[in-house]
Amino acid sequence: MFERLHSQLTIQKMLGLLIGIGFGFCLQKGGVTSYDTIIHQLLLTDFTVIKVMGTAVIVGMIGIHLMKSLGWIHFHTTTGSVGSSIIGSLIFGVGFALLGYCPGTVAGAIGQGQLDALVGGAVGILIGTGIFAHFYPAINSKILSIKIFSAETIPELIHLPRWIVVILMALMIAGFLLFLETNSL
Amino acid sequence: MIELLMEPRWSPYIAGAGIGILLWFSFLFSNKPLGCSTAFSRISGMIESILSGEKVRNKEYFKLFPPEVDWQVMLIVGIVCGSFISSFISGTFHFSFIPDTFELNISDNILIRFIFALTGGILMGLGARWSRGCTSGHGISGLSQLSLASLVAVMGFFIAGIFTATIIFSL
Repeated sequence: MFERLHSQLTIQKMLGLLIGIGFGFCLQKGGVTSYDTIIHQLLLTDFTVIKVMGTAVIVGMIGIHLMKSLGWIHFHTTTGSVGSSIIGSLIFGVGFALLGYCPGTVAGAIGQGQLDALVGGAVGILIGTGIFAHFYPAINSKILSIKIFSAETIPELIHLPRWIVVILMALMIAGFLLFLETNSL
Repeated sequence: MIELLMEPRWSPYIAGAGIGILLWFSFLFSNKPLGCSTAFSRISGMIESILSGEKVRNKEYFKLFPPEVDWQVMLIVGIVCGSFISSFISGTFHFSFIPDTFELNISDNILIRFIFALTGGILMGLGARWSRGCTSGHGISGLSQLSLASLVAVMGFFIAGIFTATIIFSL
């Protein structure tokens, strides 16, 4: 659906801006553009980040799977690997704890006046992505393809229909959020 | 409605649901998952080509992700604007360098906060491109699509994040 709209690049840039404004607004209102909220999540003393992400996944997941079933949209997934998904995410996680923002919330933190996010965080992320781009040919040929996963999606991995996994996933996340609430976390 | 927009903070469930709905729009109107780290590598390529010329475009990685302003770069610009609007209308916008929790537990020195943020940013930029996504690309868009790579990556982000934060704050 909307294939013509997808190919209109100027309109797409405006849509990117609009969706970004909405995204930044929600992140700021949710409190996750603040270092304090993110670091307390990593110290397991405040679960706001998990609550925002969990709800976003439940709402987002059900909606996009419905639109996919109706044939309105296409998914964009790639197959991971130990070399890419595990090594990369562990490097990311160490940076996450030192910086206290992620690439999206660092932009949100800048918007609310946080200068460490601008001169430290965003500059660092630009340097880091630049380093990766520079060494990409070597990293790609030697590391990224180590132990490629046998499945692209969770339903393929556990051999269950897509909608069953959607429902199970939504119930698991909702159950965890309920657990957090009943324990006042 | 106006009062809701002016509140300094929403329930995390309302903010999260809003982001989930934005994911629908992003797939439907733009055929894109919500993700933030690719834009940083495009901007980094743009800065590099200003500094060292157009040959940057010949790098293998920039052939995959050309250094130019696209939907994702505009998304980042939008996030800065959206967060500014949100904090400005609720009266919470203010300039600050050292976050409270950092000042209280680690250091009140601006240079030390700068070094932490810069080092963390470098590792995060590297790791985000290495694992092909960040907390929004994997954490929200990828998990919503039930991507296995995203599930593994999100576990990695949090395992390494929790481990590192616990060490830093217990020193």
